[in-house]
Amino acid sequence: MPPQRGTGLFRSATFRLVLIYVFLFSISVGVLLGFIYWSTAAYMEQQTDDTIRAEITGLAERYQMASLNGLVHSIDERLKRNPYGSTIYLLTDPSYRRVSGNLNGWPSVAANSEGWVEFPLEQIGVPNQQHRARARIFVLESGFHLLVGRDMYELRTTQNLIKRTLVTGVLITALLALGGGIMMTHSTVRRIEAINATSREIMRGDLTQRIPTRGTSDDFDQLAENLNNMLDQIQLLMEGVRHVSDNIAHDLKTPLTRLRNRLEDLSIKSSQHNEVLYEQAQQALLEADAMLTTFNALLRIARIEAGARRAAFSSVDLDKLVTAVVELYEPLAEDKGQQLQVTVEPVALVQGDRDLLFQALANLLDNAIKYSPAKALIGVTLRGDITGCSIEVRDSGPGIPAADRGRVLQRFVRLEDSRSTPGNGLGLSLVAAVAKLHGAEIELSDAAPGLAVRLDFPAARI
Amino acid sequence: MSHEIISPDDSTRTTAGPQGGPAVFDSGDAPEQPGTQQKMKILVIEDDAQTRHYLCKGLREAGHVVDSAADGDDGLHQALESQHDLAVIDRMLPGKDGLTIIQSMRKAAITTPVLILSALGDVDDRVDGLRAGGDDYLVKPFAFAELNARIDALTRRRESELPATVLEVADLKMDLLKRHVSRSGQTIRLQPREFKLLEFLMRHEGQVVTRTMLLEGVWEYHFDPQTNVIDVHISRLRAKVDKDFQLPLIHTIRGAGYCLANEI
Repeated sequence: MPPQRGTGLFRSATFRLVLIYVFLFSISVGVLLGFIYWSTAAYMEQQTDDTIRAEITGLAERYQMASLNGLVHSIDERLKRNPYGSTIYLLTDPSYRRVSGNLNGWPSVAANSEGWVEFPLEQIGVPNQQHRARARIFVLESGFHLLVGRDMYELRTTQNLIKRTLVTGVLITALLALGGGIMMTHSTVRRIEAINATSREIMRGDLTQRIPTRGTSDDFDQLAENLNNMLDQIQLLMEGVRHVSDNIAHDLKTPLTRLRNRLEDLSIKSSQHNEVLYEQAQQALLEADAMLTTFNALLRIARIEAGARRAAFSSVDLDKLVTAVVELYEPLAEDKGQQLQVTVEPVALVQGDRDLLFQALANLLDNAIKYSPAKALIGVTLRGDITGCSIEVRDSGPGIPAADRGRVLQRFVRLEDSRSTPGNGLGLSLVAAVAKLHGAEIELSDAAPGLAVRLDFPAARI
Repeated sequence: MSHEIISPDDSTRTTAGPQGGPAVFDSGDAPEQPGTQQKMKILVIEDDAQTRHYLCKGLREAGHVVDSAADGDDGLHQALESQHDLAVIDRMLPGKDGLTIIQSMRKAAITTPVLILSALGDVDDRVDGLRAGGDDYLVKPFAFAELNARIDALTRRRESELPATVLEVADLKMDLLKRHVSRSGQTIRLQPREFKLLEFLMRHEGQVVTRTMLLEGVWEYHFDPQTNVIDVHISRLRAKVDKDFQLPLIHTIRGAGYCLANEI
């Protein structure tokens, strides 16, 4: 499965975490501020009631000392002193006719069991303002009614102001939290994306890449360091594996070389005196050469896989190369009655090693001819577009079953049916190694019937 | 079908000259044929003792004078000190490596042709070797016939560097300007690649040309074919050039390659 691309801010787990946190935090702040508001409002209400009670107490004392007249006088005096205050007084006779106070009529709202009442109020001269008053009513010994209260307008306005402020506060908090969260997520996402980007490079084949660290020894850095250590191990192991067959071939090539030299010596000497011996020596030489061909191919593949040849890349004209390979193999195909169908489109130059590419394509075409029956149709196509170019060799032979398609690219793999045909099982391994060196994808598919091998070269990066 | 020449005993002799008739297994010298090597002074720089002895012995038996060195420093010293007609230098050497020696030689304006020997598996590095100033590249182990063919080609190349417009071997005529081939006056139609192939053979008249040399010279790519695809091309060419004529010109040299020559 191909590695996932960077998913951006909104799919980040960190961001979701931030959203949850912002939500919870906003609720907490909301609850806190709500509590503050409730306490404040309650206190302010309490204050109002206390003020009313204090007034009442004062008036009560006066009433006790100076009876009704004293009360009226007291009320008038207070109103005169403070004509624009918020305190409301109303003294009425038993028939609710006004005697004194700054209220022009008894409220029609019933009071509660303790004598508290709230009613709408209008200030004369200030229309369209909905005031409310809170007051306490009494019935005096003489049947007179007394109402003492406060205009709640300012209180209510203040309370609303506080409420609005607190709500705005919660919103601002939420927004700031969100903003801060996005910034933090961004930084986290960036660090994780750095790890992901490096991983993608590594999976593409560059095992020398390492994840960058910031030197802060925080958890991301620790993660990066651990991953880098793992990569060091993997790189060592992979090189070790590569080196095994490389080492074997390397260690055996000298004895094999000497063996061949001696056989050739033997062949030369015996050709003078003994034809039978000469023949046998020649046969032995052929076997030695076959072994050497295999070793040579193994060592070549190892060196190609090591990527050393990339330094010697030059611009390669693929359509000339394909044409040359086809033309080289045409007589061989004709001898088997096979038909080579070639389609070559003009394509851009590719950076690569022309001899290696020639070898890879030759191996593919050689296989196609070898494994296809007489009179079969073999197709070679070179196509290109803006994303790159591709070479495909398609035969109508027995093909390769899907289950084996991955295996055949490995060294020495030969399918059961082809064990009798000449070959050492390294042809496709070399093609795979050359493809990888050039950054090309190799794909084996069913040509129904037959095998189609396609090499996809990426467009050159400018 | 093909005219197979059983080369005389010693395949260290390049003279895979056509003898005709049954195989001859005598140890006498092969008769001098046109295009055989003259006696040359050859420098061999190779650290592996067995390979060095093998090389020196073979070359001496072919009649050449051979100087040898077992490490890079001694080799470079000898290369600079005395004149040689050819140098055979191994890439991997103790002391100075082969490519460094070649570069030093070229800097000292020594134009001796150099055949580079390289280790098994290093065939893809031939470009580096040729860029360093080498003239040809051979992977160990090699058949002596291949070595001989290449030495021949290297040293003969120097003689015939005059541009020719017409190549002739016996009654076969190739006009390079008109791109026309005829034999005994009869026009032979060749496809472009067949023309190039014949031209290469004619330019190496009398010399053994190995399959690898043909691939490099005619197709200009270096690769190892898994099947004898070159042989098929040669047999096509033979069908056009030799079949209808009395005198076969294209000969197969067993264990080595091909040779285009007049039969004597």
